[in-house]
Amino acid sequence: MPLFRPVADHAMLVQFATTISDAAHAEVLALDQALAAAPFAGFREAIPAFVNILVDFDPTVTDHAAVEAYLRGLAGQAFQALRPTPREVPVCYEGAPDLEEVARQTGLSPDAVIAAHLSGDYKVFLYGFAPGYAYMGGLPDALRLDRKSSPVRGVPAGRVIIAGSQCLITTLSMPTGWWIIGRTPTKVLTGDAARPFLFDVGDHIRLRRITLAECEALE
Amino acid sequence: MTRLRVAFAGPHVTVQDKGRFGMMRFGVPESGPMDRKAFAIALAALGHAADAVAIEVSLGGLTLECLEGAATFAVVGGGFIVQTGARRSGSWQIETLHAGERLVIRPGPWGSWTYLAFAGALQVARWLGSAATHGPSGLGGGRLIAGQEFEIQDTGIVVAAARPLPCPVWARPRSVVQAVLGPQDRFFAANSLEDFATRPFYLTDAYDRMGVRLRGPSLMPVGALSIPSEPILRGSVQVAGDGLATVMLADHGTTGGYPKIATVISDDLDGFAQLRPKDAVRFKLITPEDAVALTRRGARALDRYLGQFPGGSR
Repeated sequence: MPLFRPVADHAMLVQFATTISDAAHAEVLALDQALAAAPFAGFREAIPAFVNILVDFDPTVTDHAAVEAYLRGLAGQAFQALRPTPREVPVCYEGAPDLEEVARQTGLSPDAVIAAHLSGDYKVFLYGFAPGYAYMGGLPDALRLDRKSSPVRGVPAGRVIIAGSQCLITTLSMPTGWWIIGRTPTKVLTGDAARPFLFDVGDHIRLRRITLAECEALE
Repeated sequence: MTRLRVAFAGPHVTVQDKGRFGMMRFGVPESGPMDRKAFAIALAALGHAADAVAIEVSLGGLTLECLEGAATFAVVGGGFIVQTGARRSGSWQIETLHAGERLVIRPGPWGSWTYLAFAGALQVARWLGSAATHGPSGLGGGRLIAGQEFEIQDTGIVVAAARPLPCPVWARPRSVVQAVLGPQDRFFAANSLEDFATRPFYLTDAYDRMGVRLRGPSLMPVGALSIPSEPILRGSVQVAGDGLATVMLADHGTTGGYPKIATVISDDLDGFAQLRPKDAVRFKLITPEDAVALTRRGARALDRYLGQFPGGSR
């Protein structure tokens, strides 16, 4: 059974592990999907993360004890997470500002950095930092770098950035200390009211290389 | 139709509705008003539904010119100074602005935020179904900028006379806020937990819609540098690696890797947001059961207040 930690007057943090693993994230996804299929009275929203999920509720309708009892029931049903949706993201590496520096720090050639990046089997673990910033785990070990010592301001939307074991696609012009190694026409903030965010947490993502001309044509 | 022009707007003056809900899983916080109770009163006083739109005015202040038509408005929240043409009043007031007149709202004796609602429908942009402005991106109804004009439709619903609105005691700033320990209190030594619960903290100038950094005893986390990013809520008291606490507010990031020593209860966040930089605040730790009971009591008090207006509700 996971640990249940009450948060303020209106939320319950359900903790499955303390360190990141696919197994812990699978339990997070299973509870998230079970809750979406069968929400309780007063349920407001759930925020899945790496090792835990926060369940937010209306305290004028229910309370921590009732929510914990309900979630224990769901977690005990051993839900299988749905099969993740496979997705493909096209990436252009031409002119990426940090490709040379990533190559220097990893001891690889720029072409080997690109090949390693393309070889990753990525999964959306959570969203965070800013609207539509989907943290994709699965970056190959050869590309793991600490973030820059200070963030760069005004990195535009549609940049493919990496740090640690993660990769993400920027959706807004924001500062970031991550390494900018590519650019994509894929918009995680879709602008489509029916499906405003492209990825669900848990989706699997493969990358496909495109040329600058193809990227600009798709943008 | 009424047409207004922004003659001056300080920083953090934004369009808000009650918030953008259900999207924290996609990195989008609720946004909405910093003082949700004052916002609800401003809308109800003019007979609006709870999902209508108002302008949140910061300590930076706001000046509007009425170019065309007339507009009845309510200013609710904090103790701000309101000048309507030649008439001077405070917030907690319903007034009417006429063509050729200026409305000037500036900070008064207390409070950090006040709400300007108009009778009629303010025409504003929406993002993901809500007019609430997400401060860091400016998406939604947006920040007010000098020179900008906007329209109010259906201004026929005008309240007859200027009248004051009573300021309930629970709308005042709250210098003792109640919080529930955790959910990452295990990363703090006993003396840090005791300092948090007993010593005064002070709001700093690092105060915006995302949160406010506090000055006070160092609450250095122990062994927490590598915790996986976890969800954050409005009211989370997050402690960075330097031991400084930040209370996360309306436009907070939705996840983060710093431990949260405690979480302020929702009922106390409105009064907390009305404190000003340099004000002192103390945290009182309570149980989750007491937190739920207090929030229910606060919701009933607000409902009773809103009940004085026709159709008033949360």
